[in-house]
Amino acid sequence: MRVDARAVGGLAGTVLALLAAPLAATAGVALWFGESMVPFLLPAAGCLLVGGPLTRLGHRQLGLREAYLVVATVWLLVGVVGAVPFLLAGEGALASPINALFESMSGITTTGATVILDFGAYSRSVLLWRGVLQWLGGLGILILAVALLSELRVAGAQLMERESQTQDLTKLTPKIRETARLLGTLYLALTALQVLVLLGLRTVGLAPEVDLYAAVAHALTTVSTAGFSPRPESLGAFSPTVQWVVTLFMLLGATNFVLMYHVAQGDLARLRNSEEFRFYLSVVGGATTLVVGFLVVDGTYPALDALRHGLFQVVSIVTTTGYATVNFDSWSVGAKHVLFLCMFMGGMAGSTTCSIKTVRWLVVLKATRRDLFTEIHPDAVSPVRVSGVVVDEGTVRDIYGYVLLTLVLFALTTVAIVVDAAREGPDIGEFDAMGAAAATFLNVGPAFGIAGPFGSYEPFAPLTKVLLTVLMWVGRIETIPVLVVLTRSFWRS
Amino acid sequence: MRVIIVGAGEVGSAIAESLSGAHDVVVIDVDADRVEQLTYEQDVLALQGDGCSLDVLQEAGIEEADMLIASTDDDQTNIVTCGTGAVGGDPFTIARVKSPQYLHTWEQDNRAFGVDFMVCTDLLAARTIVGVIGLPTAQDVDMFAEGAVQMAEFEIPAESPVAGQTVQEADRFDSLTFVGIIRDDDIIVPSGGTTIEAGDDVVVIGSPDSTRAFSSAIAPQENRPSDVVIVGGGEIGYQTARLLEERDFSPRLVEHDADRARWLAERLPDTTVLESDATDRGFLERENVGSADAVIAALENDQQNLLATLLAKRLGARRAVAIVDTVEFAELFEAVGVDVAVSPREATAEEITRFTRGRHAENVSIVDGDRAEVLEVEIDAESVFAGRTIRAAAADLPDEVVIGAITRNGEFVVPRGDTVVEVGDHVVVFAESDHLQRVTDLL
Repeated sequence: MRVDARAVGGLAGTVLALLAAPLAATAGVALWFGESMVPFLLPAAGCLLVGGPLTRLGHRQLGLREAYLVVATVWLLVGVVGAVPFLLAGEGALASPINALFESMSGITTTGATVILDFGAYSRSVLLWRGVLQWLGGLGILILAVALLSELRVAGAQLMERESQTQDLTKLTPKIRETARLLGTLYLALTALQVLVLLGLRTVGLAPEVDLYAAVAHALTTVSTAGFSPRPESLGAFSPTVQWVVTLFMLLGATNFVLMYHVAQGDLARLRNSEEFRFYLSVVGGATTLVVGFLVVDGTYPALDALRHGLFQVVSIVTTTGYATVNFDSWSVGAKHVLFLCMFMGGMAGSTTCSIKTVRWLVVLKATRRDLFTEIHPDAVSPVRVSGVVVDEGTVRDIYGYVLLTLVLFALTTVAIVVDAAREGPDIGEFDAMGAAAATFLNVGPAFGIAGPFGSYEPFAPLTKVLLTVLMWVGRIETIPVLVVLTRSFWRS
Repeated sequence: MRVIIVGAGEVGSAIAESLSGAHDVVVIDVDADRVEQLTYEQDVLALQGDGCSLDVLQEAGIEEADMLIASTDDDQTNIVTCGTGAVGGDPFTIARVKSPQYLHTWEQDNRAFGVDFMVCTDLLAARTIVGVIGLPTAQDVDMFAEGAVQMAEFEIPAESPVAGQTVQEADRFDSLTFVGIIRDDDIIVPSGGTTIEAGDDVVVIGSPDSTRAFSSAIAPQENRPSDVVIVGGGEIGYQTARLLEERDFSPRLVEHDADRARWLAERLPDTTVLESDATDRGFLERENVGSADAVIAALENDQQNLLATLLAKRLGARRAVAIVDTVEFAELFEAVGVDVAVSPREATAEEITRFTRGRHAENVSIVDGDRAEVLEVEIDAESVFAGRTIRAAAADLPDEVVIGAITRNGEFVVPRGDTVVEVGDHVVVFAESDHLQRVTDLL
């Protein structure tokens, strides 16, 4: 075999062994709340037993094929292991293997789509484990984006690298390992900051509903732009002040972490020069204006509440977090459709966000404008530039291909959901099916109808749930690595 | 002063010619015929040999030489010659290069390669073009005192409101001085009552704003060009586009080679790069080159440049500027309809000559062949100007010398009869070549 299985096994073993730590930590939380520690200690022991010996295969240099295989398998592996505590706890809907796997995959892919409807049936440690999975997923994608996706040049992921690696990261530190550590630290710091801000607000009386548990559980799923909440009303359970703060942290979570690192160092010019950042903010601004406009015209809320709810929901969807302050499924058709379109946007590359991402849309936009220009000036040679840096034509083609592939997979999934629902239930319309397909494949989380922000994916037919579980996994690692591994030539010399 | 010139091509010969009157000049060239020709034509010592060889340089007297000018057509040869010269003695070394990459390296560290001064032909040519484009009717433009003073030569068209006016009437600009009028073969030093005639070449010195203002006074209908087309994306074309971008122009650049066109497009964000043959009529019409305010031809050779500019003119382009490689063709180009012919070699010879004009001439521009020059001089204590009014100093200078501008600490000072010149000021003067030596001695 041409693929170095030992290298892949060694790395997978390391990830497994490391997974024992968050499992053990969650067991500690279970002990604190007087809940059963077994669902966490048992898989922790298993991880050490299996992962430990595999680690001894050693860390070898990953080749191109191994890198693709690692990307494809690690998320799948952690998704499966993450489902074990749900099964062992055996609470409510999570007692079913398909549901447990759906929930776990939704966690590790930072999607935030849930099968839970009756939150009272679950112990606090199990609800926290969902958050821990999402936090790990966010950290994982950050490191993956820096270390591997940019290296593999998946559909223009090197654009992020170019903005970061050659300009920023080499100046930051020469080694990817060092960079990953730096970005990981920033990620941890943002999470900790959010916990402190939330607890601070509680101290001054602006956030009476927030306790330590709620602060931690939400901080774990905000900066990771993931969106699980232990509360059935999601962020609707908290004061407007908390909602504003969470809006800010969601925006930060979907901002390029390298950019944030430099801004934290006082380099504000970099922020102004980043075309992608300006585009990201104008997308959020434009969509918010539309949604708030609909809400005000429809008389859904008074102006100030419309602004708060409109901005929160737009940021939640654009950053692919998936929190909600209200049941936006009950909004007018106009507002709902703007939110639906926002699902395809995503935040900046080099962050924890999912979906297509702003840098790709920016390239598509500019390349289209360029193509219209060359229609009139057929001799013109006009390169596409992002933040003044030329994007080579191969990358432009990759990005067009990626966007098309994403939209085709989305369309196929929609049809599959509708057909499967017609066969086995539940009763679901095309728009809701489109919402569910986009919300899972693009890792947003909540959709519309039964899968709305205060709803659940539990009623979907088992086959649909398996399909959506696979799509969350495929979508999170930007589709291409999975497809590459599935090609015949990948396994041949 | 003993000057060694390596390379007796057009540039080397031109420099040798302008220096041979006042200095001991030794010329080295590999071509025996050229060496022989030079010995007969000019008052110089000509040697046959390789300028990169220490033996040859020693034979030319490098130990006693004050200056070594490397002006062959090959960049590396020129750089190595300077390096070798620095080993053989302690001359001031000047290297002529074509590619700006050596200039960029040298600018990082002025001692690099053993070169004391480096002249980049292509960059100079591009600067000259940009100067000409920035002032719509100027034939020649040069900057002095780090850009605070500008010299420009304008041809006065028949329909110009300035034609028929006296200098006093035409000069409505405070910081502008009329230093010379070239009529037929004469150079007239203008006074207030001198009448400007159509067809005159008027040389003015002043602040860049005032020369620009005078330029629009000559031809009020011609404003700053907005549509500039550069034909040919070689080094000169690229540098011209880059300099125009720096001046807020958005030029169009035509290059026929696909890879080069892409290379240019990636480096010139404000330029529209077009991949086509500049002599393709269909393309020229499709891209509306005929409506351009200025077309600049910077193709591989003189014939192509002539063809491209004449074609553009025929399609209706307002002004045509052509690069001309062979110095003698410049006049011919302008005779058949090219508005301005820019010769990189001539510009290089001018630039190099400035280091040989007396001890302290900061900058030199050669006007109308070599019949007059514009000099920039920093005033020291021995100067005829030091501490005196212009009127008093002018009495000691030949009549054919005109004070064009003064700068003090980089600021423009309007020169009037009662202006007192201080030590450290920079004075820009216009002088006929015949009086040049006396002037440089007095200044």
